[in-house]
Amino acid sequence: MDPRRGPLAVPKVRRVGFFTSIEPSPETPRPNRSLSGPAEAITSSSPLSDSPSGQFISPVQIPPSRHHSDNLASRAAPVPVPGPSAFRRQLANDRTLHVGSYNPVDSLLGTSPPSSNGEVSEDSGSLFGFQRSDSAKLSASFPNGGFDMTVAVRAPGESEAKVATASTSDGRKKNVEASGESESVATKPRKEKETRSLKEKTSKAERRAIQEAQRAAKAAAKGEGSKRAGESSRPKPSKPAKQPQPKKEAPQVTSSVSEKRAVSVEKERRMDVPQTQMQYDDKSRVDKAKRRSVVEQTESKNKVELFLHLPQYERGNQLPNLSSNIFTLDTIHHAVYKVGLQHLAGDIAGDNARCIAMLHAFQEAINDYTTPPMKDLTMDLTAKINGYVSFLIECRPLSMSMGNAIRFLKNQIRKLPVDLSEPEAKASLCSEIGRFIDEKILLADKVIVQHAVTKIRDGEVLLTYGFSCVVEMILLYAHEIGRKFRVVIVDSRPNLEGQKLLRRLVTRGLDCTYTHINAVSYIMGEVTRVFLGASSIFSNGTLYSKVGTACVAMVANAFSVPVIVCCEAYKFHERVLLDSICSNELGKFPLALLYLILLVLDFANKSVACVEIFAGDPDAIANVPLRNNKKHSKTMDNNKNLQFLNLMYDSTPAEYISMIVTDYGMIPPTSIPVIVREYRREDLLL
Amino acid sequence: MPDVQSTVLEFVNKLRKRKIEGSQATAKCTVELLRSVISQQRVPHSNQASALIDAVKAVGEQLVAANPVELAVGNVVRRVLHIIREEDLSLATAAMAGLDLLDASDDDGEDDNCKGVGYSAMSAAVAAAAARSTLRPPSLQTLLEGTPESAAVPYTSSSGADSESKTADKSSITRKLKHDVIEGVNHLILEISGCHEQIAEQAIEHIHQNEVILTLGSSRTVLEFLCAAKEKKRAFRVFVAEGAPRYQGHLLAKELVARGLQTTVITDSAVFAMISRVNMVIIGAHAVMANGGVIGPVGVNMAALAAKKHAVPFVVLAGSHKLCPLYPHNPEVLLNELRSPSELLDFGEFSDCLDFGAGSGSPLLQVVNPTFDYVPPSLVSLFITDTGGHNPSYMYRLIADYYSADDLVM
Repeated sequence: MDPRRGPLAVPKVRRVGFFTSIEPSPETPRPNRSLSGPAEAITSSSPLSDSPSGQFISPVQIPPSRHHSDNLASRAAPVPVPGPSAFRRQLANDRTLHVGSYNPVDSLLGTSPPSSNGEVSEDSGSLFGFQRSDSAKLSASFPNGGFDMTVAVRAPGESEAKVATASTSDGRKKNVEASGESESVATKPRKEKETRSLKEKTSKAERRAIQEAQRAAKAAAKGEGSKRAGESSRPKPSKPAKQPQPKKEAPQVTSSVSEKRAVSVEKERRMDVPQTQMQYDDKSRVDKAKRRSVVEQTESKNKVELFLHLPQYERGNQLPNLSSNIFTLDTIHHAVYKVGLQHLAGDIAGDNARCIAMLHAFQEAINDYTTPPMKDLTMDLTAKINGYVSFLIECRPLSMSMGNAIRFLKNQIRKLPVDLSEPEAKASLCSEIGRFIDEKILLADKVIVQHAVTKIRDGEVLLTYGFSCVVEMILLYAHEIGRKFRVVIVDSRPNLEGQKLLRRLVTRGLDCTYTHINAVSYIMGEVTRVFLGASSIFSNGTLYSKVGTACVAMVANAFSVPVIVCCEAYKFHERVLLDSICSNELGKFPLALLYLILLVLDFANKSVACVEIFAGDPDAIANVPLRNNKKHSKTMDNNKNLQFLNLMYDSTPAEYISMIVTDYGMIPPTSIPVIVREYRREDLLL
Repeated sequence: MPDVQSTVLEFVNKLRKRKIEGSQATAKCTVELLRSVISQQRVPHSNQASALIDAVKAVGEQLVAANPVELAVGNVVRRVLHIIREEDLSLATAAMAGLDLLDASDDDGEDDNCKGVGYSAMSAAVAAAAARSTLRPPSLQTLLEGTPESAAVPYTSSSGADSESKTADKSSITRKLKHDVIEGVNHLILEISGCHEQIAEQAIEHIHQNEVILTLGSSRTVLEFLCAAKEKKRAFRVFVAEGAPRYQGHLLAKELVARGLQTTVITDSAVFAMISRVNMVIIGAHAVMANGGVIGPVGVNMAALAAKKHAVPFVVLAGSHKLCPLYPHNPEVLLNELRSPSELLDFGEFSDCLDFGAGSGSPLLQVVNPTFDYVPPSLVSLFITDTGGHNPSYMYRLIADYYSADDLVM
């Protein structure tokens, strides 16, 4: 088996519907997954398995959804998939089997302990299963093949979700179910231990039995879940439906109980949808926001008319204020404050770094948090987090990935069981955050590296733009495993992040060529592949990334060079974007300030000395190392006819992208909505 | 002519050291130098045209060799050669006509000479050769009145011998040729220095109210073009890409602002982002090739591709001295020039992480800093030259008007 080949060669596989929080009863195998998952995954030897991504099979492999309402996915998935009828049949069976014992209503309420997406490990198992098996025997052999290989140890293999083919017999399932029920009456912590010990004690056969039990249980739950989802998004048919058509039937069966549920789910989902970005040409809202704001910003006098909807502030002048305020502000936790300043100063750049820094700060803030008397932890903490977030936004607009992480966190808070004590709740939140960082970012990167490195062959010339830490990891790893290739680093003003990458690569002994973005069409002739990082990918396949990426991708396209985008799946976003104007960020951060500020922060002992911080140049762009010393004079900067526009992002149309390497595998840009739809839910509804 | 030789050498040195930049400045210097070369060239009685041509060619070769990438030099040298040929031709024609009128008997004698060979066939062949050599479309008159053209072959020995054997006014003709050529060269100088105005006059036809225009690089032609539209009370805004690493865009922006235009400087990387809101891309060319391709400041190809993608007109402004009669082959490399890496990275900045002791021979770090970019004709919507607007596909024909086919290879 060649694991690297796997994701592409693998037959189309599916993961059925939601496998979200919907396991209703304590018998669910969820607890097991929650903690053992990642650890296991890491320990497994195969390169693919040590990743959360293992869990997800490439979205291309997802067949059309079962709900008419959400046919987005089915449209987007370009690959022919097994007809949905099989699923339906199976689902119907499941439902008939399990409806009695599972109470979907409860599950949706989220009273159960916050579940983790422990799918990781089991899915990685399934992935392997697929890689090994031929497509022909895929459906039948899946569970076994999947499990005995890597994750056999793992009791909770819920890959049932993916089984989804009619070939699994009902009888088998029934058996399994029985065993599952007998086995799973434990509470969460206990259960965890149990499964651990199970792993050690039980024989393979036993374990398989358990797995199958859980799988069956989950499939059943899923059946319910899917029905509910279908219901929530379309009007419920009032007539009784026939048995073989589970879709219609679903609402009927669950209707009495789940109607309310559906409404609340719907509401939640609406809450989850990120608010649209603040439009800065809306006077009243801007004024309101200003009154609330912590960061005092003077708006730039000389605004670019096209971008009035984006904040345009004078550069540099807010920093001195902020850094002197740091110890007087109570509303903002100091860790968050520090991160905010670092964002403001541009000291932390790069989406992953910013996101991780933010999450760590939140972790710290949550640790220090105590619920005020007479207040509810869930509500109060959410409000607190909201405050932090708006502070961070004032410092620098959030990236899409940060928005996603915040949504995740809020969901976790919302899903906290009411009966949890405060320390427990805090601990669980912190561990959830840690898990998010580990799985969605760090492990995801590792998987991406494993995938992407298969696309680097000897003698190639790889071009990359700016600085992307994933791309850096890929290049270094490829170099480590002995591939011989050359790297072309394209850079652009004013941030010149490429020099950072260049330095790191050259130090490690890679053969590098450095050039600026204008010369990209000169250099593109000799390039064989383009690797790009991403800030976000939208569900219409548009790549939202550092400004200039679109140019590079376009020129590569013109030269028929494949463009490979490396992006963790947590950065995917369900927005759509057509151009770079409507949503963007205007740069405002002179780089010279970073270290100064950090020095001040680190050594200040509760009273910041009045540090003269150079206000910085009005604009990074205007500050140009011209020969002959022809810098723009101050008068030029204030000329109302002259503006400097420093866009931070641009959007690359999907047609320029050949492939996206993500933790779910290597996918075409058309599959983004599928991933967003199928896998976002697990975070939101868990 | 020691002084001419020294000025030639001086100019060659300047070219070699890239002290003179910008095709217009180079073209002007070249043509002025050539004028002095011509004026100091001692012309023999016979074959004066070919003597002039040889002298100009000799100097031209040196100049072109000094900076082969500066195509304007070659263009101007070819233009001067073309002028010499044309003047010689028209002079001979005039002389022939004058002879026809003044001295009928002499003319008869010559006619007899010609008739000895076969008058009609000869004259037709000669006319055809003349037409070919001047690259002029054969006019109806030429076709009908073949006779005077027999002397029109510019520097053939027969015509030289003919005119030489003629009467006392031959010395005046000699002086007249040089005089006419210098007149022509002066005219060329005027044309080169006046091309901005000629092009700018057309601005009003192309720029409308509230237009958003993107430009990059620093081109005087573009500056004049935009300002001309501004003077005609058109209000529009200009986006200028800064043109790293030389930041010519900043200079242009400064000039534009000084003239009161709404200007926004963007980074080069934002070209694609902004192009969707741009109505027109206007750039100044470094050179225009015969196939309609454009050599422009680096980064132009990117802008052209983006404009194509968004169906934004891509307009190239080019004075006639930028029209190059050559067809490009691999122009990204062959008609390009790599500038100093220090514009991108400071010297020594990366010396700490480079291991020179490794001894693999090839350096790990290369820095590429090209000066020019090639835009294929398919990406260009319109050329605006001092003679009007043209399609890329028409450029070869336009170029043929300015140059003689004999001079294409120097």
